[in-house]
Amino acid sequence: MEKEILRIERLSVSFSQYGRGLARRRLSAVEELSLSVYAGEIVAVVGSSGSGKSLLAHAVMGILPYNGRLEGRIWFNGEPLTQKRAAKLRGKELCLVPQNVSYLDPLMRVGEQVTGGRSSPSRRGKCKSVLAGYGLEAGVERKYPFQLSGGMIRRILISTAVMETPKLVIADEPTPGLHPEAAGRVMGHFKEIAKAGAGVLLITHDIELALLTADRVVVLYGGRMIEEAPASAFSDETKLSHPYTRALCRSMPKNWNPDGERLCDTGDILSYMRKEYGR
Amino acid sequence: MKLEAREVSFRYGSGGRRVLDRVSLTVESKEHIGLIAPSGFGKTTLLKLLAGYERPDSGEVLLDGRPLAEFEDYCPVQMIWQHPELSVNPRRRLKTVLLEADWEKEAKDRARIEGELGILDEWKERYPAEVSGGELQRFCIARALGRRTKILLADEITTMLDLVTQGEIWSFLRKELKQREIGLVAVSHSPKLLEKVCSRIVRLD
Repeated sequence: MEKEILRIERLSVSFSQYGRGLARRRLSAVEELSLSVYAGEIVAVVGSSGSGKSLLAHAVMGILPYNGRLEGRIWFNGEPLTQKRAAKLRGKELCLVPQNVSYLDPLMRVGEQVTGGRSSPSRRGKCKSVLAGYGLEAGVERKYPFQLSGGMIRRILISTAVMETPKLVIADEPTPGLHPEAAGRVMGHFKEIAKAGAGVLLITHDIELALLTADRVVVLYGGRMIEEAPASAFSDETKLSHPYTRALCRSMPKNWNPDGERLCDTGDILSYMRKEYGR
Repeated sequence: MKLEAREVSFRYGSGGRRVLDRVSLTVESKEHIGLIAPSGFGKTTLLKLLAGYERPDSGEVLLDGRPLAEFEDYCPVQMIWQHPELSVNPRRRLKTVLLEADWEKEAKDRARIEGELGILDEWKERYPAEVSGGELQRFCIARALGRRTKILLADEITTMLDLVTQGEIWSFLRKELKQREIGLVAVSHSPKLLEKVCSRIVRLD
């Protein structure tokens, strides 16, 4: 068995929110979530928007907003991951490939952002070779984010993660807006990162893409984990246990039946889930 | 009805790149076309020309042989946009989105379409920011399916939605369009989706 890089036990994330007047209420966003990531492994976390995927990433990175409260335990590399330790390891052993372009500083050349501001000749050299490895042309490091296309920005964001030798990479929706070939290439980059010995937590709502890359798939709904299954189980829905996961499986366009009355028979799973999970 | 783009070319502003260069496309009611092209190739622009939101620099867009602009009343060509949150007024309740459509007086069709799209009455009193993207897109789809719609243009209409919602929406659309003999031009990032829904795939490259 490979080494367990990340272990999350009964993680809950909630927010305090002001209602009318001074009435305060707690809003639970992630409930009692447990999962592990091993070295060399890609674990996909899938779920629709609002299922708590990004909060999971932010909880591990220690970057929840100020009104967020975290319960449960997180271990990284065998030791408890406190907020303080997360702050120390962030950007080194623990890397986030953030969801969108807005995480880059618009007023800073992308090269400086990839080197993390610690610029030495050797780091600049590594930066250049990493960027070149992702098919970005020489000179791109001197550009500002607004001068780059969406696909180039994605590759810059991934480059920031592989400048170091991370033990865990969390990728938060790394592919929206990319056409299938480009998305496939990005997935290839994550495979390489895993092959180099890191654990990868891939957060996405694109299940078909996740299945091409991931070893295991964790399905979230309404802040709760409803199923964890090997990626291979999605080719035979009888191996999936939760009705929502089975509905997801049928909903993949490759499984649609163009001759049926409905393209995919998912019953009224959405209203069932609304009733069961309250959202 | 037949909607036709004849050798249309287009660039945004005066100095920019020519997004479309003499592109032709024909769609008839009854026909469902899937449009595939790399990103930045002008798919959305082509739909905007077909819908009459932009005019081509050269070439023409004709509906049954007449320029779109001549249809003064309801435009039989309707477009559904990729981002529903940008295509409704954020300060008006969702019921007003439904009122923008072309329904007959007794609005039987409207009730049926709302039912089949799973639009709940409680959503109608909310503002756009108070429902999910999938719920909002259902309103935008209902709005485009008014009585006199003959051609529907769908620009990545389910990209931001979860798979189950995507499946439900396309199941409904396919049935509705077939029944009412409405033509479709659909753009999607998923070639598999288009293969299952469309009768013809057009590649722009």
